[in-house]
Amino acid sequence: MTQSTKTSAVSHEATKDHRHEIRALAERVAEQAIRAGAHAAEVLLGSGSELHAQVRGGKPEMVHEASSKNLGLRVFRDHCSSLTYTSDFSDSGLRTFIDSAVALCRLSEPDPLNELPGRDELIPRHAELPDLGLWDDTTPTLDAAFALAQAQATEAAALAASPLLRPDEGASFSRQSGTSAFACADRTGILFAGATRGTYQSLSVEVLADDKDGKKRSGSYWSGGRFLDRLHTPEAVGREAGRRALSRIGAEKIETCELPIIFDPEAAKALLRLLSQVISGGSIYRKASYLCEREGTQIASPLVSVTDDPLLPGAPGSRLYDGDGLPVRRNVIVEHGVLKTFLLDTYSARKLGRRSNGCAGRSGAGAPYVTTSNFILEPSSLDPRDLYRDLDRGLYVTEMLGFGFNPVTGDFSRGASGFLIENGALTRPVGEITISANFDELLKRIDAIGNDLDRRASTMAPSLRVSRMMIAGR
Amino acid sequence: MQAPPHGASNPAAGQAPQSHPHPQSPEERITPLSAISDEQARRLLEVALSRGGDYADLYFEYSDDASYSYEDERVKTTSRGITLGLGVRVLKGEATGYAYCEELTDEAMSEAARIAAQIADGSKQGRPTPVNISWPPLPAFYPIPVPSLAVPPEDKLELLRRADRAARAADPRVAKVQCSFTESWREIRLYTADGRASRDVQPLIRFGVSVVVEQDGKRQGGSGGGGGRYGMDYFVRRPPEEHAAEAVSVALAMLDAADAPAGEMEVVLAAGDSGILLHEAVGHGLEADFNRKQTSNYSGRIGQSVASPLCTVVDDGTITHSRGSINVDDEGEPGRRNVLIEDGVLRAYMQDSLSSKLTGAEATGNGRRQSFRSAPLPRMTNTYLLAGPHDPEEIIRSVRRGVFARRFSGGQVNIQSGDFVFSLTESYLIEDGKLTAPLKGVNLIGNGPDVLTKVTMVGNDFRLSEGVWTCGKNGQSVPVGIGTPSVKIAAITVGGTKA
Repeated sequence: MTQSTKTSAVSHEATKDHRHEIRALAERVAEQAIRAGAHAAEVLLGSGSELHAQVRGGKPEMVHEASSKNLGLRVFRDHCSSLTYTSDFSDSGLRTFIDSAVALCRLSEPDPLNELPGRDELIPRHAELPDLGLWDDTTPTLDAAFALAQAQATEAAALAASPLLRPDEGASFSRQSGTSAFACADRTGILFAGATRGTYQSLSVEVLADDKDGKKRSGSYWSGGRFLDRLHTPEAVGREAGRRALSRIGAEKIETCELPIIFDPEAAKALLRLLSQVISGGSIYRKASYLCEREGTQIASPLVSVTDDPLLPGAPGSRLYDGDGLPVRRNVIVEHGVLKTFLLDTYSARKLGRRSNGCAGRSGAGAPYVTTSNFILEPSSLDPRDLYRDLDRGLYVTEMLGFGFNPVTGDFSRGASGFLIENGALTRPVGEITISANFDELLKRIDAIGNDLDRRASTMAPSLRVSRMMIAGR
Repeated sequence: MQAPPHGASNPAAGQAPQSHPHPQSPEERITPLSAISDEQARRLLEVALSRGGDYADLYFEYSDDASYSYEDERVKTTSRGITLGLGVRVLKGEATGYAYCEELTDEAMSEAARIAAQIADGSKQGRPTPVNISWPPLPAFYPIPVPSLAVPPEDKLELLRRADRAARAADPRVAKVQCSFTESWREIRLYTADGRASRDVQPLIRFGVSVVVEQDGKRQGGSGGGGGRYGMDYFVRRPPEEHAAEAVSVALAMLDAADAPAGEMEVVLAAGDSGILLHEAVGHGLEADFNRKQTSNYSGRIGQSVASPLCTVVDDGTITHSRGSINVDDEGEPGRRNVLIEDGVLRAYMQDSLSSKLTGAEATGNGRRQSFRSAPLPRMTNTYLLAGPHDPEEIIRSVRRGVFARRFSGGQVNIQSGDFVFSLTESYLIEDGKLTAPLKGVNLIGNGPDVLTKVTMVGNDFRLSEGVWTCGKNGQSVPVGIGTPSVKIAAITVGGTKA
């Protein structure tokens, strides 16, 4: 926090609304940069606090607690720009910081596309921003004792599932809360300034069971969200982790073969993240995607519809404005398998001769980049069990390992573990195999989607089935 | 970096040049850390131990980082930033209290120490605060006359231009080129509850080139890069043109890649990059936290055979200028060379101070952290397999049908089961002892101890990989080095698409 005093009660201080104060500081820094010689400037300021508590075997293992703040500054001069960041908010520190940022501009080379968004694109300076319900007043007040108790209850519930189970990484409860502000200015003054704040908390646990040959089988589960009262109970989270660890005992390779594959929502989410990578404007103008020329064409099965929706109330990936200061909107990305649009920020849109669709992300230290907000593979009405009820043989994938994806060609090959499907039922655990296909083929072979959308994180997917993929094993 | 066979580049313990034991040599840069006095640190340790903690340490960090990127034949971004802070850790039994602050004011630092101290309940007398602070001498594995950040940035932009020009000139099929240079100058100061203090300056540079090549509507990417704990002299030995040439040659070689086979087969791993095998299949599983908690599939196996007798695996923080080297770890232990597996027999785990205190194991200098915001964990430094007796040509000749793996994009391991993968970006089919078709990117998957027992040949061509690798664990990234000679694995699962 910027100038917090320690006289008031911790809880009162922690829940105080700092948006106004932080936005005012962001505006001041942007204006100061203009006075220091910048032709345009953009400031991203963040301030937050976090607590992480971990237990193992019922005993506290770690309590990690801190507040932090950071300021990222992008300045422009004669079509040149620089990026700088600092955590020193003192007046003298900021002055030196701003001067060196303006001086650093001379090193880059003029790029007419690298400019602030046009005034007609930015959110008007005094526009009212929507309230998306991203803040829980309770979150910042949660103390170490509460966090440890939650973690202990979760681990205990997991271990209670079977005497075969013992602690693995333990259980943890984490909370984060933060306020951030964005301001951009040119020589006429502030163009847009906004502030937002949000909370998130999560509860997770990992337990293990001993298997033969010194192998151990771990099972983990987690719950998380912006509001404390929407988290699953410690009992539910623990029970699921215990069930998962037990279900892995005896996992073995299967023979090399081609099979239908069901991805559970967690594994499906990993596929969805790869899709976001190959439709990002940055990958497209860099020709680093197999989908470069495929906008408007069928890139997936007609069952596949994907939206990016930053305006979902209370969702993990919701936001009020994008990393370029543009208004955000719900974008239909894939409709019945047809790629409707790439994800674009201002720079990539200009490189491609388009207009941004509000997909810029921003972290304190770097330039805006293309990102997703709540990136959702639309669920169907099918019960996830219906995805394999009629299969004689298939593979149900719960976990993938590794980075085997080439975005330029779409070649996909990853380690996997999960369960063998025989005669419509999950029969035995499988591990140490890889699954491979070209991603273009994989998306087109999706022939069923479940109704079990996982909303815990900003990328949300239900279970899905791919009609066939190569499995390498024995 | 083409490292000579193991030994030659590696200053033996005791022969390493010693850094100035004083906290500040006169010619060095003054940072906000220079103002921290031993007495101030002692007082903070007193606060940290005030509730009865068993141990505490203070980790001061100042990091000055810059990066430059070049794209579409112009300097695209230049970036600069300072990271400054103090992390305070207090241990009580197996529990850690951790807090940090980003301002080095007395008030903020004392508050961090007070928060971290809460891990202990105040019911018992803790460890007494040290009365005197001593500065034991440290080795100097990366002496640098001039830090890269002290060199004008224009020189670095010129390197990017040279790489860009070289990549474009290399082949008309080159469609896109991106180059980047990042540099960091990081100063750390550590004070521990047993009265030891240390200071280290850790320079790090990394240069990278990535290209996309196009031919008849087909595209392929390739990348090259390197770096380490160097100054700008790195580029005298390793000009940017070499990294550009590497990126282009990989992309072109893989342009016509064929579908890779699927299933278990013989695999030959090329010297260098393939050291990722040791990092994933062995390294993580030998980190002491997993073994103290009995969660690794190497737990309780010291003294047992866990690999083929051809395998001697070392974690070595002492390789001159290597990306993973450390003069001192992030807990005040000097960097050193540790034999993990000797002729196939498991000898040691990699320790942080918490694990070595709890298990009575000797410190190994592997306690590392990403920054002052994180508590240390047992981490690798430079992990590699020592050279063996075989001629690399002979190793390839010995394979009737298999895969030759040269370059990798990364790997991952499941500690508990030992299953690990690594992803190939450049590989070839071996048929009747000869390299034939280039293969599309595939994954290899195996199980740690199992795969190492299947190592049947080890080359005499040890190489350290280029200094580009970063290792992630519990959300913390640290720079590491990897290396290996050529290795033949009798059977490992290749994740291709062709049955």
